Amino acid sequence: MADLATTHDAAPAARARKLKARDLKAMPGFKAIAWACIVALYLPLIVLIVFSFNDNRSVVKWTEFSLRWYQAALENEGIRNAAWVSVKVALVATILSTIAATMAALATTRAAAFKGQGLAYAIINQPLMIPEIVTAIATLSLFSLVKYVTGITGIGYLMAAHTAFCIPFAFMPIRARLEDMTLTLEQAGADLYATPLQAFRYITLPLLMPGIVAGAMLAFVVSLDDVIITLMVAGPGETTLPIYILGAIRRGITPEINAVSTILVGVSVLLVALLFLVQRRMEK
Amino acid sequence: MENDGERVATQTMEKAGAENRRNVAISARSLVKTFGTGEFAVHALKDVDIDIRENEFFTLLGPSGCGKTTLLRMIAGFELPTSGIIQLDGQDITALPPHKRPVNTVFQSYALFPHMTVAENIGFGLKMLGRSGGDIDKRVKRMLALVQLEAMANRRTDQLSGGQQQRVALARALAPEPKVLLLDEPLAALDLKLRKNMQIELKSLQAETGITFVFVTHDQEEALTMSDRIAVMRAGEILQIGAPTDIYERPTHRFVADFIGDINILEGSVVSSEGRTAQVRLKDGAVIEARVPEGVDGSGDVALAIRPEAARLAGPDETAALSGTLENVVYFGAASYLHLRLGSGEEFVLRHSGALDAYDLSTGSVLGIALQPGRARVLE
Ligand SMILES: Nc1ncnc2c1ncn2[C@@H]1O[C@H](COP(=O)(O)OP(=O)(O)O)[C@@H](O)[C@H]1O
Ligand SMILES: [Mg+2]
Repeated sequence: MADLATTHDAAPAARARKLKARDLKAMPGFKAIAWACIVALYLPLIVLIVFSFNDNRSVVKWTEFSLRWYQAALENEGIRNAAWVSVKVALVATILSTIAATMAALATTRAAAFKGQGLAYAIINQPLMIPEIVTAIATLSLFSLVKYVTGITGIGYLMAAHTAFCIPFAFMPIRARLEDMTLTLEQAGADLYATPLQAFRYITLPLLMPGIVAGAMLAFVVSLDDVIITLMVAGPGETTLPIYILGAIRRGITPEINAVSTILVGVSVLLVALLFLVQRRMEK
Repeated sequence: MENDGERVATQTMEKAGAENRRNVAISARSLVKTFGTGEFAVHALKDVDIDIRENEFFTLLGPSGCGKTTLLRMIAGFELPTSGIIQLDGQDITALPPHKRPVNTVFQSYALFPHMTVAENIGFGLKMLGRSGGDIDKRVKRMLALVQLEAMANRRTDQLSGGQQQRVALARALAPEPKVLLLDEPLAALDLKLRKNMQIELKSLQAETGITFVFVTHDQEEALTMSDRIAVMRAGEILQIGAPTDIYERPTHRFVADFIGDINILEGSVVSSEGRTAQVRLKDGAVIEARVPEGVDGSGDVALAIRPEAARLAGPDETAALSGTLENVVYFGAASYLHLRLGSGEEFVLRHSGALDAYDLSTGSVLGIALQPGRARVLE
């Protein structure tokens, strides 16, 4: 009896020791690598942000704190126009791509299995696999052809291109969420007299909302950030913020660019924080 | 004369048929369900016929994988049969989608809507049926009282215990007053004490509401205590349908006898029979009188079933029907279970409820067994 008791007590202690030894945090160099990663990721951003508040033309020599570059940026017609184009395109692309991604996610998880389902999945994710420069050139060729044939011009092309490459980003979190949701809830709805439309409206959609919000925010950030495709597709007067910054840098980095970039970082951080909050609230 | 007799017989049958049809809530005919095709085909249901009557507590009982859930899902409308028909109140509902069937389900996993409160969960069915807000509120209050969860109305479902979630699922399914309530192993996830309480609650709820309950379980004790009638299933087939006493006392099938409670099954052959009574010679030479149930062929080699409580130790001056060597004694307070080995090598368990002082209970002692008359039965 006593023997039994001791072996019983000894086993968990030994196991705990083993587990501790296997814990990643206990590996030599863990802290150093972690810090190296953090520095590599955030040091450039910190430098950028710090010098956006520098009261001097230089972006390497600190003099004193000032907001003059923010003021300059906000008063700059070019920057204001570019920001407005960026937001317009990102909003339209976000809405359209999120709707398309939601429908695609529903079709690949909720519809009865159909022929070519795996292929559909691959097609939706295509923009993630093909180099962006190839997509950009392909899009440009197609749009040139369409413009030549129809004679229609405008910002619609840019919006369409952004919508297309935003779809897989919106699709991923929505599909992940749908796969986590058991079909039983929708069946319970049907069992309680909900028509397919009502089951979608009252059960699937509310439960899917965190995924949709996450997908939309991801799409928004990706659209806001795009350079290569935009560079190819954007017509005159359709300069987005990243393209403007790229152009300005050719004339030399100024603290004004730092200020605009800092605002962009701020918007991204705000969106991610908002996303985090929304998800936390919805999961409660 | 013969013709007349036949006509009377047909008339009575028609009358009985009409009677049955009026009372039947769910009726399935030649129901077949096969998942997959070719060598991967799973025959979940093979030609099932079943009639479930109105206001009945009907239980589908069988081991895991025998097709209980499949049959239930077909009644609910989540699964289309490969062939066969299902009727509800005499109307063919085989192809009707779930939301058009006046049938509600209590899911094994409860499937409560996590984004709604307890009250919203319970009111969901009524809302989908387009009832007015006032009606829904009133009915939800009634249901909350019925399952004793008045204080929980505005809680979220993940703030409830397992037993409370179970009751919400029950209230939600009962709120729209379905014709038939389907329950798929609803008590399986509860601990023993709660399960016993819920068994009683469910039974009284059924009596109170008068709704037909179709209850699925693999627990034979649960089935026996709760049901009006039980269908015992094995591998996609229904072996026997009957009241708990029928199933327990008068099993027609060896599997049914074995599945429900303890039972001794002995091999033998019929030496003579008269009506539904047969004399069966066992392998160790003893001849025992046994009942032959309807529909069982009582000739040739047969299996004989004897419940432990239909046997006891023979008194000193009694002639024993059987005898065996004692292997083990298990005391259970009021009674003892004695495990004996018969001359044929077969094991025999008997339940002796009297005093044991007069017997030699050392392992290996030879004891006589007395049988209650009429309790031994021939099985299919
Ligand atoms: N959707 C399905 N696809 C394939 N096989 C299934 C499916 N549903 C059930 N089965 C099979 O059908 C048989 C009966 O299952 P089920 O009705 O769930 O049994 P029970 O509820 O009695 O445990 C099992 O062999 C099971 O594996
Ligand atoms: Mg089951």
